[in-house]
Amino acid sequence: MVETQFSPYRKQPRVAVVKFASCDGCQLSILNLEDDLLALGAAIDIAYFPEASSNMQEGPYDIAFVEGSITCPEDLPRILELRQQTTTLITIGACATSGGIQALRNWSDIEAFKQAVYPNPEYIQSLSTSTAISEHVSVDYELWGCPIDKRQLLRVLTDLLQGVSPRIPTHNVCIDCKRQGHVCVIVSQGLPCLGPVTRTGCGAICPSMGRDCYGCFGPAEHVSVQPPGVPPNMTSLAQQFHQHLQLIPVEMVRRFRGINGSVQSFSKESDAWESK
Amino acid sequence: MTHNPYLIHPARILERKQESTDVVTFRLQLTHSVQQNAFRFEAGQFNMLYVFGIGEVAISIVSDPDEPAFLDHTIRIVGRVTQILGHMQIGETVGVRGPFGIGWPMEGAKGKDVLIVTGGLGCAPVVGAIEYIFRRREEYGAMTILHGVKTPHDLLYRERYDGWRHQPNTKVLLTSDEPGKTWHNHVGVVTELFDDLQLVPDNTLVMMCGPEIMMRVACNVLTHQGLRPDAMYVSLERHMECGIGLCGHCQLGPFFLCKDGPVMRLDRVIPFMGKVGV
Amino acid sequence: MNSDSFQAPSPRLFLRKNFLQLFHALKQLGYQILGPVLSQGAIQWKTITAPEDLPIGWNDRQEPGSYRLEQDSHSRFFNIIHGPESLKPLTFTSRETLLVLDRQDHTFSAKEIQPEIKPTAVLGVRACDLAGLAIQDRIFLNDTYPDPYYEQRREHLLLVAVNCTKAHPACFCASMATGPKAQYGFDLCLTEADEDFLIEAGSRKGLQVLEQLTCSLASEERIIQDKERIAACAASQTRRLPTANLPDALYEAHDHPRWDQVAARCLSCSNCTMVCPTCFCHGVEETPSLDFQQSEHTRVWDSCFAPDHGYIHGKNFRPTTKDRYRMWLTHKLASWIDQFGTSGCVGCGRCITWCPVGIDITEEAQALSQPSD
Repeated sequence: MVETQFSPYRKQPRVAVVKFASCDGCQLSILNLEDDLLALGAAIDIAYFPEASSNMQEGPYDIAFVEGSITCPEDLPRILELRQQTTTLITIGACATSGGIQALRNWSDIEAFKQAVYPNPEYIQSLSTSTAISEHVSVDYELWGCPIDKRQLLRVLTDLLQGVSPRIPTHNVCIDCKRQGHVCVIVSQGLPCLGPVTRTGCGAICPSMGRDCYGCFGPAEHVSVQPPGVPPNMTSLAQQFHQHLQLIPVEMVRRFRGINGSVQSFSKESDAWESK
Repeated sequence: MTHNPYLIHPARILERKQESTDVVTFRLQLTHSVQQNAFRFEAGQFNMLYVFGIGEVAISIVSDPDEPAFLDHTIRIVGRVTQILGHMQIGETVGVRGPFGIGWPMEGAKGKDVLIVTGGLGCAPVVGAIEYIFRRREEYGAMTILHGVKTPHDLLYRERYDGWRHQPNTKVLLTSDEPGKTWHNHVGVVTELFDDLQLVPDNTLVMMCGPEIMMRVACNVLTHQGLRPDAMYVSLERHMECGIGLCGHCQLGPFFLCKDGPVMRLDRVIPFMGKVGV
Repeated sequence: MNSDSFQAPSPRLFLRKNFLQLFHALKQLGYQILGPVLSQGAIQWKTITAPEDLPIGWNDRQEPGSYRLEQDSHSRFFNIIHGPESLKPLTFTSRETLLVLDRQDHTFSAKEIQPEIKPTAVLGVRACDLAGLAIQDRIFLNDTYPDPYYEQRREHLLLVAVNCTKAHPACFCASMATGPKAQYGFDLCLTEADEDFLIEAGSRKGLQVLEQLTCSLASEERIIQDKERIAACAASQTRRLPTANLPDALYEAHDHPRWDQVAARCLSCSNCTMVCPTCFCHGVEETPSLDFQQSEHTRVWDSCFAPDHGYIHGKNFRPTTKDRYRMWLTHKLASWIDQFGTSGCVGCGRCITWCPVGIDITEEAQALSQPSD
């Protein structure tokens, strides 16, 4: 049994894992906890997790992990109801936290897509945008990533079980990349790595494979904090990609309009390059 | 391994006093007698207090250095560690690492009038010094305790202030930036209280604790009243992780507040206090 | 570390074809050998067992924000000046578990974790790295509380330096008086030429190794010749830091408009602090097990560019990139001198090369030391 003497939940917290528009990869990250699953099962009461169990209990829930973005009309009442039933609501993954890869539709015409893809588009009920959970209800904690990092999820649960506010690191990928001893791929290979402006959490997995980070953990906290009149760090990195790594504007748009493309600090940058 | 300054020693909570909804004072005692017997500290020094599995936080020692077997700490629930610490009960164990830092000039203040100026919520570090003086009342001159809060609701240690009022040769003045129905003290900023003090500049030592901007203004006013910057001491606050001047977080200009402070003589730190981004 | 009373014998000549002897001698004395090895498009310290493991015939081209390896026509062992790693990761490691704490009912016990360290010889250490190490020694070992983890790692090092006979464009050790010749802190020091090395001992330990090598006494002419090559390397450096009055100028430059200009470029990404041989900021991570019966207390590298470095309950003293860059530069070049009696910069140029946007500390310091009007 987990020591819960500090816990505000007193007993095993009732936990729900709920899905909206998503690929289920983040839910799989929970199932991939493997070695810790048994201890997790002992620590929490998994009341609702259709991906894992057909025993689906109704709310209220102490903790809800929410995967996926809001893309359909019926998502709206569902998320409002879940929020009402949940004490601590945590988004898991890029879709729930920022709108995800499907938020690329926000720059396009959803009707044209429907016409092109479906033989009977009139049956498709879809919102014109994909939006983050936080645009509809208040969110207590956000776990970024595509998919999330299972260690981060575990840590958030451990903290909540002890009754302490989870601390989700806000620094960038570079710090963890260098702590692990990787050589900077921007400097040594000229790759347009987004690590400097991307939130940590992945364990610097792409640079560790000699690849450039594409920002799946969303923007790091610092990118939005500048004195008045000073452009964001994102713009400086973009200038470097363009001037020194020779990325042309259309490549710049793609670079910043990815998995978390609709987060403001990324979208401002991609929109700026679209008009060039 | 040579002496390991990172080693955390368990200590039992002997007493617990709820000062307000989010402020608690603990009396701790190190669990192992070897450490207990070896532990010595000075007024104004701090310990790193550790909560199992959560982490450490720097908290000043407010008990009397002549009774080093007991370590009193007043904590405010503000972050992750204090969230748990603040709810711990008698008989439970916390970790202690310390004592660290440089405290108040209790020796240098002997024979002098002492002016205490505190502001906002940050008066805990100076409580130890006040109590120290009252336990040795005859060794110090006139005591003046000024405390400013934003709203009457923010006043902590109400009973303590009332108790201090009754000490010999002691003046206690409270002020609140905002008025309140049950507030019968001064309304205004703390520096307004200086006007009627009739300090003896050559024989007064000042101890201050509170927001840097408040201390900076107070120090300026006092300097104009003839007090010397080297007779004024301020307790400063920065993030501390190691307590021994190595982790780099607590820097203020050239100083590591964990080892050069947290109490600093004003003339050394005035250029860096309250400066944006420092 | 080196004994004060050690009298270095005059330099010897050590033939390239005998270089394997150095490996044997070190191995015989129980050392594992680390040397520069081609890795991830740069060089990193890795275990080597023979001269062939060294980056023979490779060159580094370093510029602000760019590092490239190129093959050259020489067969030199140490033609790559340096990679992103100084000696720092070997002594002040990026992750160091300090304690493991175990919970028992209402109390707990803390156990110190002893780092497992083998005696390690490092081959190919540059003068700037020795200078950086000396600064870190002062920080971690010469204060009230010497750091026992650093101390143990440090004691296990034997350092074989290589004098620089060429500089890359970001180098400015000459203006910091830290190089290009290794001046102190080495056990052995090499100066590489086409066919041979000038080799000198800097400590008893080093001499012990040297005595096992087949060497001849170096001629006075050769010694002078190598000195001139090193002097030419110093003269070739184009960057320099304005050292006179720089601390005062930086303290006074708090409101200089240059900070806004550099903040517009700086990514606040921490790469400069991670590659810096002297930056020492660290934090502690507490990692409890899920059942909360055990907890690991681990030190990790931190950076003054990290968002929570200046944070204390509800207030961030340095919330902007401008504040953070100003903190870093002012600390490195001004307050460091007040704290440790020496500049925090050794002129290795790593922060220039490894800055993803190529910010140049010498250029910034120069601009900031000029009045703003």
